[in-house]
Amino acid sequence: MQKRLRIGVLYSRVRVEEKWIFGAMEKRGIDYERLDDRAISFDLDNPAPWRAFDAVLERSISYTSGLYALRMLNAFGVPTVNTAAVAEVCGDKLTTSAMLAKAGLPQPHNATAFTPEAALEAIEAFGYPVVLKPVVGSWGRLLAKINDRDAAEAVLEHKATLGSVQHSVFYIQEYIEKPGRDIRAIVIGERVLTAMYRKSEHWITNTARGGEGELCPITPEIESLCLGAAKAVGGGVLAVDLVEHPEKGMLINEVNHTMEFHTMQPVSGIDIADEIVAFTMKVASDQ
Amino acid sequence: MNTVSCPECAAEITLEANAEVGEIIVCPDCGVDLEVISLNPAEVDLAPMEQEDWGE
Repeated sequence: MQKRLRIGVLYSRVRVEEKWIFGAMEKRGIDYERLDDRAISFDLDNPAPWRAFDAVLERSISYTSGLYALRMLNAFGVPTVNTAAVAEVCGDKLTTSAMLAKAGLPQPHNATAFTPEAALEAIEAFGYPVVLKPVVGSWGRLLAKINDRDAAEAVLEHKATLGSVQHSVFYIQEYIEKPGRDIRAIVIGERVLTAMYRKSEHWITNTARGGEGELCPITPEIESLCLGAAKAVGGGVLAVDLVEHPEKGMLINEVNHTMEFHTMQPVSGIDIADEIVAFTMKVASDQ
Repeated sequence: MNTVSCPECAAEITLEANAEVGEIIVCPDCGVDLEVISLNPAEVDLAPMEQEDWGE
């Protein structure tokens, strides 16, 4: 008789996505356990309770908790969606950029420096405006559009003085005059599931910041870029953000590894939660 | 009973029938984020503040 698979779902908050995922698990009659990342601990000498899971789906809202949990689970030999290696790449914008560059994929021009002085020099070489992004962070938080040298000096000083260590990694990206929208596509395994435009009058188009969603047809170009991006970061369940550059065309801006899809699921009419659950079951049974 | 009192402003809030432990709700009176910490009995507490590494 085939063994009944047991799945863990690691989460911090029950957002609408987690509700949908739990719902899909229940609808499929899956034996699953909800793992609140604020309540768990890992004992390196006692991996047995964790090895009881055939796979763990990571949905932590805290990048740090999620990443370390994945590292422990993978060290115990527990398959995860996504893997720790993928979370390491996707959770850090600079590491994502490095992997995209390694794969020869198109992305916005960016530069990195480790001191305000070196960052200012790099910014001046770009010309204005430029965008400064924290290497770790989400929902469009702490992005700064720098329009001139005065602003660059001020923001760099603030980041160096007020920020944590991570803010002393200065990630500088060209400012792109995009057509009031960017594109988010969901990739699961080898398939681009769906894509949507995120529209906003603001230069930050995240739906977390009020951007609106509209279905975007998956063109061969979008499909090829998204599959390439997913492969470059290690694959799994991913959201690839694309931006339309007026001269360079479509560029890969970001890849997210624990994406939200509360706008995408109703816009696409696709049960993304169930697709994630199906993929997790495949990972569990493939081990 | 699925009625709780907001720990910030004491407003009476009725939880939705499909409420889940760990879900975040917003107090309709004062707008504070509340986390459902128990359903039976219904209990809410102030939700944790957003951290810098939170996201998707």
